[in-house]
Amino acid sequence: MRRRPLLLGALAAPLAIHDARAQAARTLRVIPQANLTSLDPIWTTAVVTRNHGFLVYDTLTSEDAEGRVKPQMLEGWTVSDDRLSWRFTLREGLRFHDNAPVRSADCIASIKRWAQRETFGQIAGGAVEEWRALDDRRFEAKLRRPFPLLALALGRGQGPAFILPERLAMTDAATQVREATGSGPFRFLADQWSPGARAVWAKFDGYVPRQEAPDGLAGGKVARVDRVEWNVISDSATAAGAMSNGEQDYWEYAAHDLIPLLRRSREAVVEQRLIHGTYGCLRFNHLHAPFNNPRVRQAVAMAVDQRDYLRAVAGEDPRGWGVMEGVFPAGGPLATDAGADILKTRSVDRARAALRESGYNGERVVLITPSDYPQINALSLVTHDLLRRMGMNVELVASDWGTLVQRRASREPVERGGWSIFHTTGSGDALALPPVHLFLRANGANAWFGWPDDPLIERDRLAFLDAETEAEQQAIARRLNEQAMRTLPYVPLGYYWQPTALNRRVTGAFKVPATVFWNIGKSA
Amino acid sequence: MWAYILRRVLATIPVMAVVALFVFSLLYLAPGDPAAVIAGDQATPDDVERIRASLGLDRPYLVRFGAWVGDIMSGDLGTSIFTNLPVSTMIAQRVEPTLSLCLLTLVLAVSIAVPMGVVAAWKQGTLVDRAVMGFAVLGFSVPVFVVGYLLAYVFALELDWLPVQGYTPFREGFFPWLENLILPSIALGGVYIALIARITRATMLEVLGQDYIRTARAKGANQAGILFVHALKNAAVPIVTVIGIGLALLIGGAVVTESVFAIPGLGRLTVDAILRRDYPVIQGVVLLFSFVYVLVNLLIDLLYTLFDPRIRY
Repeated sequence: MRRRPLLLGALAAPLAIHDARAQAARTLRVIPQANLTSLDPIWTTAVVTRNHGFLVYDTLTSEDAEGRVKPQMLEGWTVSDDRLSWRFTLREGLRFHDNAPVRSADCIASIKRWAQRETFGQIAGGAVEEWRALDDRRFEAKLRRPFPLLALALGRGQGPAFILPERLAMTDAATQVREATGSGPFRFLADQWSPGARAVWAKFDGYVPRQEAPDGLAGGKVARVDRVEWNVISDSATAAGAMSNGEQDYWEYAAHDLIPLLRRSREAVVEQRLIHGTYGCLRFNHLHAPFNNPRVRQAVAMAVDQRDYLRAVAGEDPRGWGVMEGVFPAGGPLATDAGADILKTRSVDRARAALRESGYNGERVVLITPSDYPQINALSLVTHDLLRRMGMNVELVASDWGTLVQRRASREPVERGGWSIFHTTGSGDALALPPVHLFLRANGANAWFGWPDDPLIERDRLAFLDAETEAEQQAIARRLNEQAMRTLPYVPLGYYWQPTALNRRVTGAFKVPATVFWNIGKSA
Repeated sequence: MWAYILRRVLATIPVMAVVALFVFSLLYLAPGDPAAVIAGDQATPDDVERIRASLGLDRPYLVRFGAWVGDIMSGDLGTSIFTNLPVSTMIAQRVEPTLSLCLLTLVLAVSIAVPMGVVAAWKQGTLVDRAVMGFAVLGFSVPVFVVGYLLAYVFALELDWLPVQGYTPFREGFFPWLENLILPSIALGGVYIALIARITRATMLEVLGQDYIRTARAKGANQAGILFVHALKNAAVPIVTVIGIGLALLIGGAVVTESVFAIPGLGRLTVDAILRRDYPVIQGVVLLFSFVYVLVNLLIDLLYTLFDPRIRY
């Protein structure tokens, strides 16, 4: 911050200013994407709590920038010839923030708790017969059936098995752990936590990083600042002002409409740090008319032009977004547009004609939208306009996210408080693998909100778990995409990039699948 | 007098009870489910139900209300659903910024608005009067957030004199504290200045037409003495009333001002809690605001006796 002195500068002692500047150089001041309200990344799946998790906790394995699984807390692991036994060995010198050593028992208790709540954890947990400690540094998983993705599941950026001390990990997964004691590179300073305003972490001097260079979430986690401070600024114009003035160092989710302003600033730079795009999803309620009729869903898909949605969210600059007419992330190993001709129609006229032939009888469509989530609200408004132009009887119901998440759980028809369409977004990381692809799940009553029922999708989704080679995986992905484009459990709306704004003095920011703060420092 | 104060303090108890019942019932009936927010997108209905049960949200209305009232009677405002922190701790963390903002705004507003109103009444019909009334109209018409953004743009981003956002606690020094509050107080004070200036002018016009003012002039009293000693003291009762009523405006405006200037006060705590459906926090903050409002009204009633000796309780 280089503010001209008005009050403080004119009256404060030079020594005090020097101290303040020295401390500022050792503190990374961050505007997080949301308010940190809970500290337990297993109890809640909120992204902001997961990011806190990466500061405080360590993981057994980690994904690198290419999505390959690497050991993190582990020295390594071995798999038996029959692939039914995995043995893991912890690195030496790992300690929790209360100075207790990390033991196998801590890892096993943490994995079991994670397997109760996280989607991939639940799938992995179903494959494991027993977790057993061999000694304090070695433990074993006995499997019911081969599960080649076990190491990846433990360290996936989207929802890894964070390792807690056993005494905390024994807490029921539906109950929040009150204490944030981990073995990660930063310690949480609970006495300085003011939810909704500020959260602070200090460098953990007892952390032993790996020797490799950071690579995605893998490699050495070296803390290069003494403190990380999250200062919640809910208003994006204020956040942009704070970055432009050098009052903050890092704005995790820089607002798209303010990026031109930040690019003109002498203090800030804008970077694409997150390696996964954010994917839009138009979700139908498959239980009730009119979207229980696949031909009506197809008619809507014909009207969708992803570019309209992406411009509404991320602006006119096509470098900020991309079209992906398929259900898997663009550029990933499973990306395909097989069978996606329907999404290339992009014609309201043809959609209107298809709707007439579908048997649509003017049933009321209730589109619920969260006005407190600008991106999701923008997606909803585009759909609302499309449906009106198609001639559908559509009602837009705006509420806040808290109300929407309750209403979308309702399986009632719209006359009794139900819904027809809502929108949401998901990180590309969350859509990268069929078994954990939430929007693709089509197991009827057990599926995600909207409850699509498609046995063919379910069969291939689970078949992916047994695929041994990349070619097999890609063949399954193609089949899944073709089927998803026929039955449309949801309509993919493309992806946009979420940029990050950094102060020019911030050093060491590298590409990551999730926001982490190791290796980041500040030049004087 | 003391009997009156005791009666008024005791009268707050049924008021608070009605507020408590109203707030609790409203939140119970309002849509939204904190368990679904906590559980996130990947949760199954069973996960959500388990979390709801662990939070006690599956209990019947009367059981929950009874438990909450019981806790309040023992001085416990409950625990936040999300942070697991006591509501009293969360409120305590946020009281200072809001109190600082409101007090500074109050001091600023009264010290600007009262002289403005007095001068406008004295110079009735002149350019000065029109300028003051024009400012008052502007103060009422321009929303707080617009004033806030304009001030931040000019004084923080362009001139680089003051910080854009944030709050520095008073214990870290008076000037850092003041630096962070100057712009928010001016932004928040606009409506308040307009309100007080208009009422002061109107009341002063009435008082300046009274016989005793003519007598004071006939005695040769100077203009400042007439305005600020003889007239203003007699005009004080309606002005003090408006200052008190205006506190409600201040609390409402503080919510917006705290968001624009990222001040971690009670306003933002309330909004965040409402958006997340953190029921214990919402209930605690609303109760606190109600209590403060009742207390301020009591103080204003007592202040009347200072300005008008005819008033006795």
